[in-house]
Amino acid sequence: MPAGNQAPQIRLDSVLLTLGDTQLRFDCSFAAGTITAISGPSGSGKSTLLNLIAGFETPDAGKVLFDDKDLTDRHPSERPVSLVFQDNNLFGHLDVFTNIGLGINPSLKLTEQDREAVSRSLAEVGLTGMERRMPASLSGGERQRVAFARALVRERPVLLMDEPFAALDPGLRFSMASMLLRLHEQTKATILIVTHDPDELKRLATNVVFIDEGEVIVQATTEEFLTRCGVPAISQFLSG
Amino acid sequence: MLTRAEHRRGIGLGILAFAFVSLFVGLAVLALLGFDATPSHRSLFDAYTWKVLQFTLMQANLSTLLSIALAIPVALALARRPEFPGRLWILRLMALPMGLPVLVAALGLITIWGRQGLLNGLLLNLGLAEPVSIYGLGGILLAHVFFNLPLACRLMVATLDRLPGEYWLLATGLGMKPWSIWRFIEWPALARILPGIAGLIFMLCATSFTLVLVLGGGPAATTLEVAIYQSLRFDFDPPRAIALSVMQITLTAIVLGLLSLLPSTDQTLPASGRRVQRFDGQTWSRRLWDGTVIGCATLFILLPLFSILAAGLQADLPRLVMSPAFLEAASTSAAIALSSGVVSVMIAIAIISARIAIGDQKQSGKTARMFSTVLAATSSLVLLVPPVVLGTGWFFLLRPWGDVTRMAPYLVVAINALMALPFVMRVLEPAIGEHWRRTARLTASLGIGGIAKLLRIDRPVLLRPVLLALSFAMALSLGDLGAVALFGSNDFVTLPWLLYRRLSSYRTADADGLALILGIVCLALTFIGTSGIGTDRSKHAGR
Repeated sequence: MPAGNQAPQIRLDSVLLTLGDTQLRFDCSFAAGTITAISGPSGSGKSTLLNLIAGFETPDAGKVLFDDKDLTDRHPSERPVSLVFQDNNLFGHLDVFTNIGLGINPSLKLTEQDREAVSRSLAEVGLTGMERRMPASLSGGERQRVAFARALVRERPVLLMDEPFAALDPGLRFSMASMLLRLHEQTKATILIVTHDPDELKRLATNVVFIDEGEVIVQATTEEFLTRCGVPAISQFLSG
Repeated sequence: MLTRAEHRRGIGLGILAFAFVSLFVGLAVLALLGFDATPSHRSLFDAYTWKVLQFTLMQANLSTLLSIALAIPVALALARRPEFPGRLWILRLMALPMGLPVLVAALGLITIWGRQGLLNGLLLNLGLAEPVSIYGLGGILLAHVFFNLPLACRLMVATLDRLPGEYWLLATGLGMKPWSIWRFIEWPALARILPGIAGLIFMLCATSFTLVLVLGGGPAATTLEVAIYQSLRFDFDPPRAIALSVMQITLTAIVLGLLSLLPSTDQTLPASGRRVQRFDGQTWSRRLWDGTVIGCATLFILLPLFSILAAGLQADLPRLVMSPAFLEAASTSAAIALSSGVVSVMIAIAIISARIAIGDQKQSGKTARMFSTVLAATSSLVLLVPPVVLGTGWFFLLRPWGDVTRMAPYLVVAINALMALPFVMRVLEPAIGEHWRRTARLTASLGIGGIAKLLRIDRPVLLRPVLLALSFAMALSLGDLGAVALFGSNDFVTLPWLLYRRLSSYRTADADGLALILGIVCLALTFIGTSGIGTDRSKHAGR
């Protein structure tokens, strides 16, 4: 997975956004090639932060920078990111192969190498030979692994994940997290993962960005973050 | 959970309802099949009847094709623009044609597309001499598209709106171009519902009566139903009426059979409350295209409706409303609509009670379960035997006993009640079923039964759906010309019949006024009748 070397640092520079009655203001950065957890209470703006980086929201003011390159006005498809959502990552009416293949070419014009890459990626996530399966016939965990496989073939240096394991049961979350760590070892991509789960945060992330009421209130390494029990919102989060 | 007595009552009601519906339809069919048609010395199916059948199929096919082909770009444009100004109102506007009496809509279409209509006026001004003709095949197709394009469009938009929001995020994130989005997302979603929509529209067009009666031009453009009516009322040619009726039943049976093989199309999809976000089609050319498509479709539906309003307001409404002819027709219509609505709701409640009673038994026997299925099918029997055919059957059944017109009001009430039954069931069955699931255990454990249960448990919850169903059934009956056309006479005049006669005798000012009044009343009743469906669903979804 060659993408890793150029994995960028991501920075939100005084980004302002108004959604309905809510004012959001983000000033933070995400270290290159690491896994950063984005946490905070429900409705604090975690997914919006991800949407700003992916390009689905355009800030009213401020900049979204990838390694000092200003991507604020770039269309989502022109940003070097892959996305994994909590659910519906796969088009339900298309088989696994097509779902992954669309990640390589959105018109599904695939070369022989591309087809091999799809099969390799499936092997990578432990779903060898599942190319022709339909999403409905897969378990929730398997569907998320297909989404990982698509992220792999896309070879984008940034991976944005919005609570990717929230719909899975705890045992499965653990093994999925291990898989994510292993894949990160290979790709060294910059990974941002929104999570509600303190265990997941400890297991996966080297850094934490904590959001409350539309603002970043803590930006720290995971160890440091875990000691910040003084902040009420954080202690509430950590105690589950 | 039901007591034995409640159980018996439920099944008993079901048997009564079944007996009534199946006898009413069955006797009509038997009368048609058993009628001695030999004296005419000719084959039942002559060149004329075959020609009528061919035309029926041809116009239904073309209408279905056109409605769907034209609805697809409109639906795609509307789905692509969740923020389009007035989108919600455009979607509501698209529900209007279905609630409008067919005759009223036909009048509106003639005003816009007719010889003296707006469009031909424009064409003449542009120097084009050849006017568009609203009569004949073209007019029938136009009118069918007017009714069915909005129906298809609403179903398609609802389907596209219900796709997971992540699909659009992914499509954009993956960099899909419009063609890829169509190929991988939009088309697969539509392809699943298209067979159902096409079947539904084909069925509606194959049994279309009023539009073809008004817009069809003579023998060259006649469907089976209209030909039946003409052979009874004008030519008095019973063998031909019977041959055509048999053809009609065979045709609907085949279509219904095929339809049952298709995935069902939920006609009462609630508007999705979720905010859909689309990131594709932001270029100026796409915006322009979508805006034009939506604008044309809106005008296509809005102009005829508007012309009904404008023409109706120019009529001398006070004089019309006070005229004895109007008052008599209005009171007849009201009585017929109310009776048929009540009958329809009563049959529906009987059927539903029986189905609940059967479902409640732990070891309901095979016979009981089969009866439950039969009951469900009974409520849709009128789809198999359309109103005009039912009327024809009863016409022959009653003729030996004297003047059929004396029985006309009762027949029309029964036919209208059966026509409304599938729709009434659609409103009542989920409501009563849900109420039963929620309260059955509790009422059983508290031992509440009889009148107390009816007053304290059922009435507060079920009164509203029952009234909604009643309102919808009344709207259908008020706007119906099919059953009345066979039996209407000087002594038996309903509002649609009066309107039709005024139209035929070129009393157009009166016709315009009548159309406006009838249109408004029917729309109001339909909207009361359907208002509960969407809100109820969303309430459930929110829970």
